[in-house]
Amino acid sequence: MKRIYLDNNATTAVRAEVLEAMLPFYREQFGNPSSIHWAGRSVSEAVEEARERVARLLNARPEEIVFTSCGSESNALALRGSVVFSEAWNGHVITTAVEHPAVLNSVRFLEKQGVAVTILPVDGDGLVDLDLLEASIRPETLLISAMWGNNETGTLFPVAEIGAIARRHKVRFHTDAVQAIGRVPVDVQAAGVDLLSLSGHKFGAPKGVGALYVRKGTGLTPLIHGGHQERGRRAGTLNVPGIVGLGVACERAAADLDLQVPRIRALRDRLEEGILSRVSEVRVNGHRRQRLPNTLNVSFAYIEGEAILLFLDMKGVAASSGSACMSDSFGNSHVIDAMGVDPMMANSNIRFGLGPDTTEEDIDFVLEILPPIIQKLRDMSPFYSEKAAG
Amino acid sequence: MYSDKVIDHFTNPRNVGIIADADGVGEKVSASCGDRMKIFLKVSDGVIEEIKFQTYGCGAAIASSSMMSELVVGKTLEEALALTNDDVAAALDGLPAPKLHCSNLAADALHEAIKDYQDKG
Repeated sequence: MKRIYLDNNATTAVRAEVLEAMLPFYREQFGNPSSIHWAGRSVSEAVEEARERVARLLNARPEEIVFTSCGSESNALALRGSVVFSEAWNGHVITTAVEHPAVLNSVRFLEKQGVAVTILPVDGDGLVDLDLLEASIRPETLLISAMWGNNETGTLFPVAEIGAIARRHKVRFHTDAVQAIGRVPVDVQAAGVDLLSLSGHKFGAPKGVGALYVRKGTGLTPLIHGGHQERGRRAGTLNVPGIVGLGVACERAAADLDLQVPRIRALRDRLEEGILSRVSEVRVNGHRRQRLPNTLNVSFAYIEGEAILLFLDMKGVAASSGSACMSDSFGNSHVIDAMGVDPMMANSNIRFGLGPDTTEEDIDFVLEILPPIIQKLRDMSPFYSEKAAG
Repeated sequence: MYSDKVIDHFTNPRNVGIIADADGVGEKVSASCGDRMKIFLKVSDGVIEEIKFQTYGCGAAIASSSMMSELVVGKTLEEALALTNDDVAAALDGLPAPKLHCSNLAADALHEAIKDYQDKG
């Protein structure tokens, strides 16, 4: 059976050229980059080269890049590190209802410590009201955290406009760009970002490596204390192979914006239009235009998402769902809920995340097998037959 | 995550559908995740002659509906009333722990249908 991987928002395969670049740093160049001897020196050079590559992709300076273990750590460092640094435990943080749990739960943690929190609602497309965002800023506001691209729906926030508001009010601006890197241009200068999180495994680097962009002059207290690595912002021996891989992946991501992304966007649109024309009572979740080019989140009335995923999986197709049955908490996706989607529609949302390996044949195969799956499940659903009976 | 029996019953569910002139109809909705099962019965001489179900829910919900229907067809109402959700899960070679308390409602839905039949009687 052919395997079709359409869950690239969950993780991606390590790119061949990334893996190749990493391999020497396990055996031949195994040194600790903090060592001054021959074994450490060459490794240290490779780490700094990777730092330059990450910085170049973001239009940042190398010294503004802090390597971390993942996107969640980057988000935690940005949020907790900012508040702890400020020592303003009566301060205020603004974020949005559709952030990744790594941001939302970090914010809730800070709230328990006494920080005031505003969680902005979103509209049916998953966008925030910028006037409301600006009106939410108080004299004690420390930070605004708003994601670049949503991991479930792909909706893109107008990051540059949020950055301009933050700057006007002299408030720190953090953005979780984990899903955006390699899929849309990300420029920290143009967007007016002070802190930006990214994660390697979402764009062809391995799991276990991420980075936080920290604009020069943005004070942070580390989460991990220890040695002086990363200019005192993150202790711990560097994950050298991962960092080298992240550097190569960033270099390739820049090239892919022109080479791959238009093709992926066309395939995503083919999938979306194909589903809408073949299946009735479907809802596309997310903004139709301001959206990550690889992401399609779609709900099917009368049925439940996990059941759809199981049938897709049996045909070799990997996708994901934010249905209640898929979560530990038995709640629907907080993202889809926040958009005001009817609970039954929310419960059947399926996310397709296309990637560089996705082909037109893959998409056509999904378009062939999906409508009968939907119909089979609808034929079992009491809601469907009651609706048909009027 | 799911046993072969769950996958079998989910892929080829037995007794899906409705009975237009059912003797008893019952349903159960999961408070936690919204799964919904609707059961239709034909009863003759205290025996379940025919059973059909409709289910809205995940793979476990569909498989447990199907397995329940196989377990009780041809059985007396007393036997059917003695069936528990745990019996259904055991017949499926188990369900993942999180599913036991949300999608495993088939016996409850069946009992609602029997109650409906008995109330009419």
